Amino acid sequence: MTALPASADPFAAVEPSLSSARRPWRLAELWLLLLACAVGIGAFALVGYGVRGALPSSFWTESLLLVLLSLGAHAAIRLTAPHADQTILPLVVFLNALGLAMITRIEETDTRQGMMANAISQIQWSIFGVVAACVILWLLKDHRLLRKFTYTSMFIGLGLIMLPLVPGIGRTINGATRWIVVGGFSVQPAEFAKIFLAIFFAGYLVSARDALAMAGPKFLGLQLPRLRDLGPLLLVWGAAMAVMIFQTDLGVSLLFFGMFVAMLYVATDRISWMIIGGTLFGAGALAIINSFPHVGRRLDGWLNAMDLIDVPGGSGQLVSGMFGLANGGLTGAGLGRGHPYLVPFSFSDFIYTSLGEELGLTGMLAILLAFLLLVERGLRTALLVRDGFGKLLATGLSFVIALQVFVVVGGVTRLIPLTGLALPFMAQGGSAMLANWMIVAILLKISHDARKPSIEPDRGVVLQQPPADAPAGSRGDSLETLPVPPPPPGKGAFA
Amino acid sequence: MGELTFNLLQYGFLLLLWLFVLSAIAVLRRDLRTRADGQAGGPTRRGRRKAAGASAPKAPRRPTRLTVTAGGLQGTQLPLTNASILIGRQPGCTLVLEDDYASSRHARIFPQDDQWYLEDLNSTNGTFLDDQPVHGTVPLPPGTPVQIGRTVVELQA
Repeated sequence: MTALPASADPFAAVEPSLSSARRPWRLAELWLLLLACAVGIGAFALVGYGVRGALPSSFWTESLLLVLLSLGAHAAIRLTAPHADQTILPLVVFLNALGLAMITRIEETDTRQGMMANAISQIQWSIFGVVAACVILWLLKDHRLLRKFTYTSMFIGLGLIMLPLVPGIGRTINGATRWIVVGGFSVQPAEFAKIFLAIFFAGYLVSARDALAMAGPKFLGLQLPRLRDLGPLLLVWGAAMAVMIFQTDLGVSLLFFGMFVAMLYVATDRISWMIIGGTLFGAGALAIINSFPHVGRRLDGWLNAMDLIDVPGGSGQLVSGMFGLANGGLTGAGLGRGHPYLVPFSFSDFIYTSLGEELGLTGMLAILLAFLLLVERGLRTALLVRDGFGKLLATGLSFVIALQVFVVVGGVTRLIPLTGLALPFMAQGGSAMLANWMIVAILLKISHDARKPSIEPDRGVVLQQPPADAPAGSRGDSLETLPVPPPPPGKGAFA
Repeated sequence: MGELTFNLLQYGFLLLLWLFVLSAIAVLRRDLRTRADGQAGGPTRRGRRKAAGASAPKAPRRPTRLTVTAGGLQGTQLPLTNASILIGRQPGCTLVLEDDYASSRHARIFPQDDQWYLEDLNSTNGTFLDDQPVHGTVPLPPGTPVQIGRTVVELQA
């Protein structure tokens, strides 16, 4: 598809002088940012008063850093991507601040978990994330440049996924081999692999989609792709299965395979890819669950949650999270006044139930809606941008956020088996925070490219030698002067 | 602090959460409205004034955009500048068609002396102006359909 920029004012291009003078003020973004900061600071204060009747010890640091971080990101966008979507940044700041407040809250009553919740470390990572985002906005002049790194990205992405298997630096925590430890820092390379694989999938699919959309045999009224085109899908499927077997990580495996299938569907407009992909993944996962006890236990704890509460590695965490949700009810127990700290990993994997307990269904739905809007803005960017690579990249990056939210929220509310992924922007974890802010930067850049008003036609100013007698007209005329009356047929300038 | 204060603060905070989310939605709605205005054919107020000002001494309605009225890109609009518009399948074209019946450089629409012209660039399947095949360059009046492969475009005021 080659949708053109339906920029806010289609007439902006009529008068170049006017449109270049119109640099957007981004007031909507500023207003939403102020609201998001108010939410964050309000949450910090309430958390402190709820837990021990005073402002939390880190209140001023966190509030100040939150405001600086928002304004810094806002200024960076004004400078580097002034036409980008105005809601993306405030939504991310909103989610980030709420997550931070909940981590502060757990830290305030951290009796059981040995100070694992660490709000200051989390806000440091948020700052690193914003700085990384600004660097990307600054360095990446045009998102289409990323297409040059299609195959480099593939190697980096696959390398990052496989990194935890390297003996010596790989770490297995709670059954999943998802971490590496470098110089005292533990890093989840898979979070960064998301970005590289999205670039690779977009670059690959934009050149291969014509072949992949070819019609093959028909089966039960469904148009299947040609058999020989199944190769790439099988390859990605094999990699996803390998991640599940060797790293016993259902979540990461599902994330990458799901992203590939979704981008494949968007690139080819063939629903059969999704059906084939879903079937392959389901079959593979079932086979692995039956033969590997660790993965199977997750499924057991999901199906028979209430029976396995006291079994080690059973469903105790899941069930106590759900008790928390029940305690929260419609309007929540109040910030700082529930018992979310009773759930293991209430500040990371289970942050959504912690928020649900203290903010209730009302707050949970507001958070989900914020994620929904964020993903919607990403997909809208994909619709607006003109080049196929940008479309696929924006789709992939937005979809990976959507899928991750679905898998996490579905997991902690017992809709689907628990996978141990982290809720983007909210759960404690440095790698995820950094990687997700980088995703936001790329989305903002694509959005800017999609929305900036074009003074000249964006694609293909016809490069052609002007005739020798061409009058020196304005910029557009000088390239395109043809003698009128027209030349005889067949002797046009382009023959 | 008393129980009542806590509850009021909690409800106030939840209101703030929703105020944020609803404000974000309001920003998006405004975005949608400006876009719908642009596409429904009613030029925005400023655009109308500008177009009227530009063409006041000349013909009453001067085309301001090229609209795709049929085909895969139906609904797409290109603002007209004084640069020419190249239509075809080649990625370098101004309007890139994904249409098997279009040539890679199919046709060109360009302005000259306050008038737009259509030129067929020796396309394989031909360009049709109001169902008549086009040879070489012909004047292109606004509102007349130009068929290129399965795509139909026209100039609109």
